Amino acid sequence: MQWEVVIGLEIHTQLATQSKIFSGSATTFGSEPNTQASLIDLGMPGVLPVLNQEAVRMACMFGLAIDAEIGHHNVFARKNYFYPDLPKGYQISQMELPIVGKGHLDIALEDGTVKRIGITRAHLEEDAGKSLHEDFSGSTGIDLNRAGTPLLEIVSEPEMRSAKEAVAYVKAIHALVRYLGICDGNMAEGSLRCDCNVSIRPKGQVEFGTRCEIKNVNSFRFIERAINSEIQRQIELIEDGGKVIQETRLYDPNKDETRSMRSKEEANDYRYFPDPDLLPVVIEGAYLDTIRATLPELPPQKRERFQSQFGLSAYDANVLASSREQADYFEQVVGVCGDAKLAANWVMVELGSLLNKLGLEIDQAPVSADHLGGMLKRILDNTISGKIAKVVFEKMAAGEGDADQIIEAEGLKQVTDSGAIEKVLDEVLAANAEQVEQYRAADEAKRGKMFGFFVGQAMKASKGKANPQQVNQLLKSKLEG
Amino acid sequence: MHQLTLAEIARGLADKKFSSEELTQSLLARINQLDPQLNSFISVTDDLALSQARAADARRAAGETGALLGAPLAHKDLFCTEGVRTSCGSKMLDNFKAPYNATVVAKLAEAGAVTLGKTNMDEFAMGSANESSYYGPVKNPWSLEHVPGGSSGGSAAAVAARLLPAATGTDTGGSIRQPAALTNLTGLKPTYGRVSRWGMIAYASSLDQGGPMARTAEDCALLLQAMAGFDAKDSTSIDEPVPDYSASLNGSLQGLRIGLPKEYFGAGLDPRIAELVQASVKELEKLGAVVKEISLPNMQHAIAAYYVIAPAEASSNLSRFDGVRFGYRCENPADLTDLYKRSRGEGFGSEVQRRIMVGTYALSAGYYDAYYLKAQKIRRLIKNDFMAAFEGVDVILGPTTPNLAWKIGAKNSDPVAEYLEDIYTITANLAGLPGLSMPAGFVDGLPVGVQLLAPYFQEGRLLNVAHRYQQVTDWHTRAPNGF
Amino acid sequence: MALERCDVEKIAHLARLGLNEGDLPRTTDALNSILGLVDQMQAVDTTGIEPLAHPLEASQRLRADVVTESNQRDSYQAIAPATENGLYLVPKVIE
Repeated sequence: MQWEVVIGLEIHTQLATQSKIFSGSATTFGSEPNTQASLIDLGMPGVLPVLNQEAVRMACMFGLAIDAEIGHHNVFARKNYFYPDLPKGYQISQMELPIVGKGHLDIALEDGTVKRIGITRAHLEEDAGKSLHEDFSGSTGIDLNRAGTPLLEIVSEPEMRSAKEAVAYVKAIHALVRYLGICDGNMAEGSLRCDCNVSIRPKGQVEFGTRCEIKNVNSFRFIERAINSEIQRQIELIEDGGKVIQETRLYDPNKDETRSMRSKEEANDYRYFPDPDLLPVVIEGAYLDTIRATLPELPPQKRERFQSQFGLSAYDANVLASSREQADYFEQVVGVCGDAKLAANWVMVELGSLLNKLGLEIDQAPVSADHLGGMLKRILDNTISGKIAKVVFEKMAAGEGDADQIIEAEGLKQVTDSGAIEKVLDEVLAANAEQVEQYRAADEAKRGKMFGFFVGQAMKASKGKANPQQVNQLLKSKLEG
Repeated sequence: MHQLTLAEIARGLADKKFSSEELTQSLLARINQLDPQLNSFISVTDDLALSQARAADARRAAGETGALLGAPLAHKDLFCTEGVRTSCGSKMLDNFKAPYNATVVAKLAEAGAVTLGKTNMDEFAMGSANESSYYGPVKNPWSLEHVPGGSSGGSAAAVAARLLPAATGTDTGGSIRQPAALTNLTGLKPTYGRVSRWGMIAYASSLDQGGPMARTAEDCALLLQAMAGFDAKDSTSIDEPVPDYSASLNGSLQGLRIGLPKEYFGAGLDPRIAELVQASVKELEKLGAVVKEISLPNMQHAIAAYYVIAPAEASSNLSRFDGVRFGYRCENPADLTDLYKRSRGEGFGSEVQRRIMVGTYALSAGYYDAYYLKAQKIRRLIKNDFMAAFEGVDVILGPTTPNLAWKIGAKNSDPVAEYLEDIYTITANLAGLPGLSMPAGFVDGLPVGVQLLAPYFQEGRLLNVAHRYQQVTDWHTRAPNGF
Repeated sequence: MALERCDVEKIAHLARLGLNEGDLPRTTDALNSILGLVDQMQAVDTTGIEPLAHPLEASQRLRADVVTESNQRDSYQAIAPATENGLYLVPKVIE
């Protein structure tokens, strides 16, 4: 049987506000337990929520960025259930009338093609606290610092057909929220968390299969592995004559498998109703216009511009636009050196492998965009060769100054004086008289390879500094002559 | 001294006839002596009261003035009072010392009022008789066998018995106006959003409103002046200026258009009450008011809608009482579910549990549209009725309650019988309108109240009508025997 | 439609209320009598009527994104039933 995989994702992004969505507590990660839990966050009797304007603004930014309808009349609802990390016994969320309606996001696949993924909705809600299951006198400990942190829950259509597509979508959302500056994207700290709804169906079948929800997968790698292991589990289950039951599952990265979550087993009846402590949030068109005016260029537009303005390939454009920091770095390098293809190459290859080796992000790069651009300028004006540039780059990374300083200090300047080059060539030809004879006797086909030998000798003799084009030219005339 | 109204106390303090400390001492002694008969207080805060009284005296000595500076009050025990038990009349919060002050408590303290204590109430404000309190029923000072009404029954009984001049109450379906009527007080439920709900432990958030209970409209004006106002901590608080309520008390009633809804005078109303209400109308006509009959056709559906909306909101509001962060926790819970079920099962009384279950049911999958949404549609119909009525009248007048105070225990077997007592008051909560109950006479020695309703933010008009009425009648001055 | 005993048990579980076996019949009767009162609503024609959630139909005010709260853990946990190392304790939760 040929199976088709159907994946829909719910991504919870913590919005990068200073204070919580309904209280004036800080949202800083990693503080001592319950030191950022105010009366409101603790759900004390008599407290009331007041909505943070920044959370609304950020949600609107996201909505505009995915081309979605933004609700004019937005209602917060209570989702009622009992859990110790949910202090009030309900979560303030949105059910009907979410702030962000239907939108879409284009993702670039590995083969360079672009796929449009529908986004069903995105709504504002409050995060829950954390249950710590380490042993506290045989009890579970509850930390409510996270309770009340603003979340934007982004719900996709079930339009992804492989774990790789799902990861590409999460990466695209991750890039987008970081471009917008509405989420720090720190998955290790839980700033962006993903629930994956996975089902399979025989290829060609229209109806969806029964889905399972894998809760809280918190890295790109785990998303891919969790989905693949769940797909495998479902296929094996069905092919063995079993049936998938709709349930919530948890991914265990150590065993690389998903398992049923017992605590979420019973069917929930959340009894949503409009929160009577909050009034409808009215969003006017004029307000959206002011937000629209502040939107940065977003990855899809940037990707297209990199192709049309700079003539980059779809692949290169996608890689460079994948994060705002990288795109900005690249554009700054282009601004200094003026050659986009050369800049793209250096940013992706040399800088990329350097960062990889050092385990750094691009905003921590040891070579600034200005320095890299300055060095590329020296390649372009023939001050140094591409080969020497790698040496200069290493020295810049080691903090030895900018390209011009290093070229000067190390005497790496390319030799372009024809007289000087001719002198070197004459010496090389004199030292290799036998080879010169052979060259002159050889036919056109053999000469090509032999010519390379003389170039190599000449570059070696000039310590790599002779201009390669001039070497070629002069050598040719000398040998032919 | 205990016979003094708030206004008289203000004059006495200003004229240095007595100090706040003397007054406070004397009232604390009176509470000590008489409250055991009534059970109107859950906590008497002697130390807090005396220190506030001394501070008020010092402020006055320093030249400060103010109607409430040094005036003794009590708070219904659902207004959070920092460091003081705030029980909501429930075992669930018997051990709950509030870690903060309600806005109402803070505003009154700032105005210099002295808190004598926290008054008894129906558990979580759910009741019309003050019989559902964990701390036992409150007795009506007019007849100790009778209920004082609820849920602000402790505040009502204490003020009626002259244990203090005024107290705060809250009104979700009539909980200020009905006990005021049954104990011969003046009680005002303001427009929804007029008084901050911050720190007022919620029963039904879209209906709850705090307000004053006192013996005169003049005193209610003084108290409301300090309680009302915008509060940024309450999203449902309305940012409207607070008028000077005392200044408008004496306005003329010449030409005032009073609407009498025919639905308020139909079957179910004790005819003896109807007679007293008509007599009050005559008095107001003598003062220049013009009376006309109006209709509020959807009033008859109000109880049904209310007993969906209020329990639905309550079922969710009361979920936070789970034995984890504050309040009652059962002994040795076996697991998490056991912790929840026993803490809540043991901590809440039966009426609270009933309403939580009704609300849970009304919101549950498959019933939401038929119950909750339907009730909210009826709510709009009721509001529309009032909006139409206020096109032609300035105030609406009718009985506050269909019956006199009943005997303690008389309605215990049937919760619905007690619910029906709210018939005339709950429409104002559903529509968010201000309403006032004022004394209008006695039947068999038990007080009868008349209710006035006005358009949004017209509390001043209600107080004006009641005050003028109280200038020509003396019902409100009568004190129960023995108090 | 009257509630049965099992309906009441289900509702009580949703609301996490531990009911006594002995109270169940009485509770079931009381709930049915309340629902009987409430069911009178069904006779009202509400076609085309928008539900009313708040009497004044105002819109939500927004708060500036400013941190106004400081750490009050000790005073808040002084009224908690069980804490350890700054955490609230509950019986072990199994995920």
